[in-house]
This record gives sequence, structure tokens and C-alpha cells, in this order.
Amino acid sequence: MKRLAGLLLATVFAAGLVSMAEAKTLVYCSEGSPENFNPQINTTGTSFDAARPVYNQLVEFDRGTTNVIAGLAEKWDVSADGLEVTFHLRHGVKFHSSKSFTPTREFNADDVLFSFNRMWKDDNPYHKVSGGAYDYFSDMGMPDLLKSIDKVDDYTVKFALKEANAPFLANLAMDFATILSAEYADKMLKAGTPEKVDQEPIGTGPFTFVAYQKDAVIRFKANPDYWGGKPAIDDLVYAITKDPTARWAKLQKNECQVMMGPNPADLAAMKANPDVNLLSQPGLNIAYLSFDNLKPPFDKKEVRQALTMAIDKSAIIKDVYQGAGQGAKNFIPPTIWSYNDQVQDWPYDPDKAKEMLKAAGITSLDSDLWYMPVTRPYNPNAKRIAEMMQADLAKVGVNTKLVTYEWGEYRKRLQQGEHQMGQLGWTGDNGDPDNFFFLLGCDAARIGGQNITKWCNKDFDDLLKKARTTADVAERTKLYMKMQEIVHEEAPAFLIAHSVVYEPIRKNVTGYKVSPLGRHEFFGVDMQ
Amino acid sequence: MIRFIARRILVVIPTLFAIALLLFVAIRMVPGDPIEVRTGERGIAPERHAMLLHQYGMDQPLWRQFLRYLGQLVQGDFGVSIVTSEPVIKEFLTLFPATVELALSAILFAILLGVPAGVIAAVKRGGIVDHTLMGLALTGFSMPIFWWGLLLILFVSVQLGWTPVSGRIDLVYYFEPVTGFMLIDSLLSGQEGAFASAVSHLILPAIVLGTIPLAIFARMTRSSMLEVLGEDYVRTARAKGLSPWRVTGLHALRNALIPVVTVIGLQIGNFLAGAVLTEYVFSWPGVGSWLIESIARRDYPVLQGGILIIASIVILVNIGVDLLYGVLNPKIRHAR
Repeated sequence: MKRLAGLLLATVFAAGLVSMAEAKTLVYCSEGSPENFNPQINTTGTSFDAARPVYNQLVEFDRGTTNVIAGLAEKWDVSADGLEVTFHLRHGVKFHSSKSFTPTREFNADDVLFSFNRMWKDDNPYHKVSGGAYDYFSDMGMPDLLKSIDKVDDYTVKFALKEANAPFLANLAMDFATILSAEYADKMLKAGTPEKVDQEPIGTGPFTFVAYQKDAVIRFKANPDYWGGKPAIDDLVYAITKDPTARWAKLQKNECQVMMGPNPADLAAMKANPDVNLLSQPGLNIAYLSFDNLKPPFDKKEVRQALTMAIDKSAIIKDVYQGAGQGAKNFIPPTIWSYNDQVQDWPYDPDKAKEMLKAAGITSLDSDLWYMPVTRPYNPNAKRIAEMMQADLAKVGVNTKLVTYEWGEYRKRLQQGEHQMGQLGWTGDNGDPDNFFFLLGCDAARIGGQNITKWCNKDFDDLLKKARTTADVAERTKLYMKMQEIVHEEAPAFLIAHSVVYEPIRKNVTGYKVSPLGRHEFFGVDMQ
Repeated sequence: MIRFIARRILVVIPTLFAIALLLFVAIRMVPGDPIEVRTGERGIAPERHAMLLHQYGMDQPLWRQFLRYLGQLVQGDFGVSIVTSEPVIKEFLTLFPATVELALSAILFAILLGVPAGVIAAVKRGGIVDHTLMGLALTGFSMPIFWWGLLLILFVSVQLGWTPVSGRIDLVYYFEPVTGFMLIDSLLSGQEGAFASAVSHLILPAIVLGTIPLAIFARMTRSSMLEVLGEDYVRTARAKGLSPWRVTGLHALRNALIPVVTVIGLQIGNFLAGAVLTEYVFSWPGVGSWLIESIARRDYPVLQGGILIIASIVILVNIGVDLLYGVLNPKIRHAR
């Protein structure tokens, strides 16, 4: 009897061990709730993260980098004039099944056409569903760039462009260019529930959507038929935990294994914790203080250079970024290809600054100094930075008045050029240098345009336009490096910093990579 | 009784109208709109901005927008969230049970500890027990929810490991919500350990949300009891030879509770305000954080609908509290 009981116990124990070994669950502590599950209409990183496990794009960013690799398109051809891009689609890709949908066919060109036409064509039956605002499709200039999208055959799609555009491919790797199921959309439209497409997502991705408990938990299951191979993780769970201290507490207790957005104050404890790996990388962003290059005396390069040397950058990094930032010497961060490391940053030299201002005929100067009222990914405390700059500038005879507005108002006014000196920044969308440098171009320098420096330099602008239409990466790199030298010399803005992204993970999580684009991705991640 | 309720409800309608109007105007006085607020550094082209505003009907004159909104309200349509495109009432009903569960647990905690503490302090007036209890009450009253919540998480959850950090239930438990109340749903699910998990997740948030009201109830009960204990009828009851328990527990307490019940009713509003912070700290998916986020996102339908529904509930609760007086003190009942 005892032996039987012992055997039973051993069997149960072994079964328990086997089942534990079988189902790997990874919990990710995210910081907020998604708007919905369709990246075409989303605008926040939180929403993109929530939908990403379910979907693919035609081309994708290699995890942890900004390099564009094959996705649902196995290969593509760009015509000699750069006006046509033809995608050859992957065969044998299956869409997910759910309670309300079972696909009857595999992924093909119809899905690509539907996905783009929904965003592009006003007369598409899905165009107005869920609000109908395709912000990124519009902001990346797609409506102006696309001439036509044609189905050549079931596995070939041709995009015709109005002008050659080198960053186009990188744009198609962005979340807004996600490929949805045309069949699912049809079925939901016929059932009178088109919004389900955006709330109960069906995609081709590595994980299938299981459930969303509003503001609490998102659950995914591994897709065993995924074209890229079955994920190592069986169950993926997003635990929505809004407070960063609570997220850290959960990570310490192994209630989640990956988290984002730590408190800078907790970084030291994270580094010291033996169960935690603190991963980090400079973010794809830049914080800067723009001069209005149209208004005297900021129209003089010597004055801008002098002001640049009057501000103590390293004090700002230490005090405001608390180590979670890297002083910027170029307009693009070091993680983007063509970053010119040869550029020597302007030194902090208030005496030289005073001399140069005097030489330019300025003994005292009154100016405004704008700061954002909100925290931005590239700037944790614009007001504090403004105060430090104010103190530094006062030492060289520049008296500044601090100015701010409500965020939307602030941005509008800066674009109108109402400032003399104003802080702003930029977070990159697609890892392409053009996505940063267009902000210093002549087109954007018009009143109301996104170039708030209002600086328009013909040499720079010519190089910008040339680099945008050349497909050759080596050629583009040379052009961008030259442009960085021009920006350094002309100093249209004081470059503050690139913020550093920190992501602590449990030591038993392997294969996780910090994305320069700020994404959180779990295909290719495993747990020991 | 019926007439009393009917009269009170008639007054509710103009009250709700005024609240709806006030909300409508106040929300729109905050600069920015839902389109602009989500555009980031890029900004938005004026034409595109105008087109999207037109799509949402927000380019109409305000009075016309308000009338259209009233028309929808009368038909029970609270509108659709600009952010998620889901009906506001559906989102509210999904999230509200969590807030109610949290608030009820907190109220229960505050009453179960606060009222007896106040009674004991009153009976033992002037002694060390009285001073200790009231000192603790003052401390509890002074503790900000945010700080107290994070402190408890760091100490009780992380250091001691006694409770989970946040959320409503352990992530291994997954079942479809039936009532929205985790305590009930976990029992209904039949999954082993689910109920215990739900309870353990409720402990810290209930304590944090209930601490300030606990302090208020304790002090209120004490001062009310002291007043009642000095009344003639209490002296009469003692003189009659009734046991101290009967005198204090039945006769005195019943009358002392009347102002306390008023305070509990008035505290409902504070519970909802406190719930916002508590929900944030403990990632408790209720209406509090839903409303706060909708301010930043300028999600007008959610703000208007959510606050209007909550205002209606607060009004109904206060009517209920008034009715409760009649139960506690027949004199008030008959005066109607």
C-alpha cells in the first residue's frame, strides 16, 4: 500500500514537472493600455507593442536594429529610376483562427491590397471604421508618394511611386504598414461587426491573440504554424502596470520577467540585483534647443556658435538625465547608420563665448527661452533644463525669459516661428537618417513647417534631396556625413542629448534585445 | 415613502442636466483637442486637423454639439470613445465593478475597524487607549495614498512577500468575467486557488483606500458617541439597570451612528477620488484611471459619460442614505 502511494506520488510529481517544463509563460510588464489592436490607426508605442505579436509587415526591422529584412515579402525589386517597387510575397503563410473566424485560404496579394487601400482610399468600406484616422500613413507622406498599388498576381504586388524615395522601404517596416486579413475583414463586414477587425486581431504573426481584459491583461498564445518557426515561449502575457515602482516590484518578485520604463532612481538597485540583467541602449532620439535662424542676432552663425559654447551640456546630462542620457554632438543618434563620429563637439567655454558675442557686436542680449510643459522620451524635464540654460546664458550677458504653453499650442507656435530660442526634440520612426534630417531642410522651414530652426542652407538642402532619392547606401552615407559637418559648423540649434533607454529583465530570459526603435518584441526570446 | 422617493428623483433630473452642461463646457475649456493631443512632435497639417475634427463632428458650434449630445443621452446613448471607438457605456460597465469591489472592500475595512475603534475610544475617554487610537487616526488621515500604497508594496509585497504587488488576480487564472466582481467570478470559475488569489490581491488596495476614511469614521464615531453618552436617555437606561453592553451597543450606538452614516455617504465621493490614485498604484483596472487618462487624451465622450454616470450613482447613494436615516431613527421617518 505504502509502495503504491509512493509510486502514485512520484508519478504526480513527475507529471507536474513535465507540465511545468512544457508551458513557458513570459509576463511583460507594460506601462499602459492599447487604444485597440490595429497598428494602422494607432499612434502610441504602447498600442503598437500590444498588437505586434499578432502581425507581420511586408518587410520588417531585424530585432534590436534598424536594418530592414524580409517579412511577408521574401524579396523585392526596385526599378532603375526608383519609381517602382515590386514585392514577391512569401508562400504558405497562414492567418490565425479564432472563435469567430477560420481562414479558408493562405496569405496572398489580396491581403496586401486591402491593408493599404483601407488606409489610402476614401471609398474603401473599411476606411472610416474605428475613427478612420490613419495618422502614420499620412504623416510618413504615403498619400503624396504613392501613385498606385497593383496586384500583378497572387504573390506579386507592385507599388508605383510619384518620385524616387530611398526611405520608402524602411517606412513599410513600420507598424502602420501592418498586413491584415482581407478575408476576416470581409466576413466581419458581412456580419455587421467591422470593428472586430480592430479589437479581436487576426494576423500572420508569431503569437495569436487570446483575450484582452481591459486595462489589466493581454494574453497571447504561440502560433505553432508561424512561417518563421514556432516561438520558444508558449504563453505571452502583458500585465498592464502603470506605476514604474510597481513594475520594478513585480520584476523583483518574478511576477513579470521583462519590464520597460524604469524609474531613474531605481537603476542603481537594478544594476546591483543578482537576478536582473539591466539592458540599455541610446534611444533613437534627439533633444535640442532651437534658435530661430530668421531673427537677428540668431541669423549670424558666430552668435549661434557662441551661445552653443555658453551652455554646460555635461551638467544637464548629470543633473536632469541622471545618467540616462548621452550628450549629443550630431542631429542623429549614434545608433543610426552614417553617424559621423569624427565631428568634434563644441566645448563648454563661456569665456570664448563672451569674446565671440562681443566680436559680433553684442554686449547684452534679451531673448525668450521656451520649454515643453510635458515630459518627452528625449527630455525628462524641459523646465529644469531651461533654468540651467538660463543661468549659463546669464553669465555671458544673455538675459532670457522662460516661456511655455500647453503642449499642442507650444508645438504649433514653435512651428510658426514665434520663438527666439525653443526646446524640442524628435524620436525616429524608421531608422533612416532622412527621418531626422528632413527637420533641418528648406521645405520644412516654411512658416508652419516642422523645421523650427527655420534654417535653410542650400548646400545642406541639396545634399538632403540627393540622399533621399539615391538607393545606394554607401553613397547616402557619404552625403549624410557631409551634412553633419555642415550642421556642426552652422549650429542652427544647440544639441542637448540622446536619452538612453533602460530595460531590466530577469536573468533567466534569453534572446531579448533592446530595440533602438523603442519596440518590445518577444519572438526569438526564450526562458531558461 | 413612495412620494418621498419620487420627489427626490424629480429633483435629480435638473441636477443631472446642470452637471452635463457644466462638464460639456469645462472639458472643452482645456486647451487642445483629441486629434492634436496625439500628434507628438510632428504636429498636424491644418487641413488634416480640420478634416478629422469634421469627422468627429467637433467643428460644429458648441450649442449644436451639446443639443446633439443631449438628444443621444435621452436615448441612453452615451457616445463612443474617441480613443478606442468602443461605446462609453460598455467600457464603463466593464471597469466599474472593479472600482465598486475595491471601494466596498475599503468601506468595509474602514467601518469594521473605524467604528469599533471610535466606540472604544469614546467609552475609554481620556485614557491611554483613547489617545493611542486617536493618534493612530490622525496618522492615518495624514498619509497620502500614493506614498502609503507604494510603501506597503515595497514592504509587504517585496520585502516580506506576504501579498502580490498589483492586479486583481494571479495571471495563471484565466476565466471569462461573469459579474465583473473578481471575488464572485473566481468562486464561479471553480478553479482551485482562484478565490484565495483574488482575496490576496484585494488586501493592500483595500487597506490603502480605506485608511483615510477609517480615520475619519473613528473620530466621527468617537465624538458622536461622546455626545450621545452624555444624553439623558442613556443615563436613564443605566439607571434602569441595563447592562453597559446593551446601553452602549444598542441604545447609544444606534443614535450615534446617524451622523456617521451621513459621513459615510459623503465619503463616497472621496472614495472615488481616492480610487483613482489607488487604481494607479495597484494597476487596478477600474473607472478611476480610465477617467484620468481620458483627460490627457481629451476623450470627451468618456469624460462626459463616465462622470455623468458616476454623478447619478452618487446622487442615488445619497437618496439611499437619507432613507437609511428613517430606519435608524423612527422620529425622522415619521417627520416626513
